[in-house]
Amino acid sequence: MDELVLIASGAEANLYRGRFLGYDVVVKHRVSKPYRDVKLDLMIRRDRTLTEAKIMLLAMSLGVRVPTVLYVDLENSIIVMEYVEGVLLRDYIGLVDEGVRRAYLELLGVYVGKLHKNDITHGDLTTSNVIVSSNGSLYIIDFGLSKISNDVEDKAVDIHLLMRSFESIHYNMSKELLTYFLRGYRSVLSPNEVNDILNTVKEIRLRGRYVEERRVRKS
Amino acid sequence: MIVLGIESTAHTFGVGVVEDRPPYILADKRVNYVPSRGGIHPREAALYFMDNAVKVLREALSEAKLSVKDVDGIAVALGPGLGPCLRVGATIARALATYFRKPLVPVNHAVAHIEIGKLLTGFKDPLIVYLSGGNTMILAFSDGRYRVFGETLDIALGNFMDTFVREVGIAPPYVVNGVHKLDMCADEGKNFINLPYVVKGQDVSFSGLLTAALKLFRSGVYDLRDICYSVREVAYTSIVEVSERGLAHTKKKELLIVGGVAASKVLRTKFEVLSMLRGVRLGVVEPKYAVDNGVMIAWTGLLALKHGVSVEPERAYVRQRWRPDSVDIPWMS
Ligand SMILES: Nc1ncnc2c1ncn2[C@@H]1O[C@H](COP(=O)(O)OP(=O)(O)OP(=O)(O)O)[C@@H](O)[C@H]1O
Ligand SMILES: Nc1ncnc2c1ncn2[C@@H]1O[C@H](COP(=O)(O)OP(=O)(O)OP(=O)(O)O)[C@@H](O)[C@H]1O
Repeated sequence: MDELVLIASGAEANLYRGRFLGYDVVVKHRVSKPYRDVKLDLMIRRDRTLTEAKIMLLAMSLGVRVPTVLYVDLENSIIVMEYVEGVLLRDYIGLVDEGVRRAYLELLGVYVGKLHKNDITHGDLTTSNVIVSSNGSLYIIDFGLSKISNDVEDKAVDIHLLMRSFESIHYNMSKELLTYFLRGYRSVLSPNEVNDILNTVKEIRLRGRYVEERRVRKS
Repeated sequence: MIVLGIESTAHTFGVGVVEDRPPYILADKRVNYVPSRGGIHPREAALYFMDNAVKVLREALSEAKLSVKDVDGIAVALGPGLGPCLRVGATIARALATYFRKPLVPVNHAVAHIEIGKLLTGFKDPLIVYLSGGNTMILAFSDGRYRVFGETLDIALGNFMDTFVREVGIAPPYVVNGVHKLDMCADEGKNFINLPYVVKGQDVSFSGLLTAALKLFRSGVYDLRDICYSVREVAYTSIVEVSERGLAHTKKKELLIVGGVAASKVLRTKFEVLSMLRGVRLGVVEPKYAVDNGVMIAWTGLLALKHGVSVEPERAYVRQRWRPDSVDIPWMS
């Protein structure tokens, strides 16, 4: 592979654009962090690289659109995947009119519903981790914190994180976005499942809010 | 302008007096409730506050060489915090404001930690990492408010550290000569043992770590010092990691660490590495003002009062779960 161009320096990885086996690709390299213990550092990078690659393949098999994984190098924490030309949903949301917004949020709801139905949680679900491609498809990225889990708590955390990204980035339309998202999400999961998950979301949101019971319980 | 501020959200009852020009801080008096055993008992703390409130108030005024008549407003932390404790401060503040006919300024305790940090470091628009006994939050100013960027999904970092050292039998006291018992114990360890490292998006979680670490300890197989080292490494690193996410996403160029746990030297070193890595300025609030105090309430009250914020005494309710992101910050725009 030659001529790698740095396209993004995220919180944990450097992303390069290049060509590989004739494809336009992104090389995601998880870099070492000098602020953590060497053993912990290696473990975190290896685990997340492996998880990300595995779950992306799984997601794809479920009909959830993600960039195609082409190569994984665990020793060096590198994943090579298909390059998706497009814009982040985060930046796209404010630029388009309501109908388009609704369509994409509903589709995101369907995708996340499919993941959750199959006990996959994303772990970092925000509008910054979704790409709207130039041909109009929606891709979910950044699966490093994802896991296979049937725990309702993990699914609820996904929804909580997404809601918070609505509230902190798109605060003037966060209710509307959630409504659209849930429409898609509900179309995949059973009403009972959705209720369980949304109730847990409520619980989590109370917990984060500096709770008296939380301190006192320990005494 | 001169404002008197009252803090009583948890284990500290403090009165501060500040002025809107250097040296800013005119008085700083506080008492700390120390539980005889276990964690904080809100009602006991409240009783202790009531016994000491008048004395602390008097001392603060005499340090400032002022009487209540001379101040322009009474600020009080109405939340978040423990109900019984909050009510002591609120009652006194309401009485002072009514009797002396001074505007009563409601202050959010978390916002106050941020504002005093900004005053002391000279920072203008930092990413804020708030680490105390009861709070673990990452905040950044955006469009009129401090928005919560990440937080703990269960227990707070300080609470986690205190509980762990208590359960393994090396505390209380939790902090000796400015060093937390967890740091003390961890400094002696060196072998990293695998423990659950939980980062979810921008959030952290410590309850799984606590359970797993105590299990390791009770198994009797490992040296406590290695367990402390590993616990500290996992806990601190996860906080630094979510802070790095915050910096990457908000693109802020200043990083401000506030709250009692900010006093940890090891944690500070990790943040120094992060600040170099990301090319941002680091500000750590000195321990004296990183923990709860009345000065930060007075200072934030002063900023608010200058922007016309006040409340009728009879409507000054305490709010145990008052979120910082629900407070408008007119002095930032
Ligand atoms: N397959 C892809 N095609 C095109 N661009 C991509 C692709 N994958 C990632 N990117 C770009 O790189 C950025 C960072 O990617 P990613 O979120 O995977 O990295 P990260 O370091 O985990 O980021 P974070 O800061 O969220 O932790 C994305 O926001 C996106 O702009
Ligand atoms: N030197 C230190 N190193 C590490 N932790 C410390 C140190 N000193 C104090 N702490 C921890 O800080 C916490 C107390 O801080 P602070 O006074 O800000 O907390 P609090 O009363 O819980 O505040 P808040 O109401 O803001 O949550 C305790 O958990 C304590 O163990």
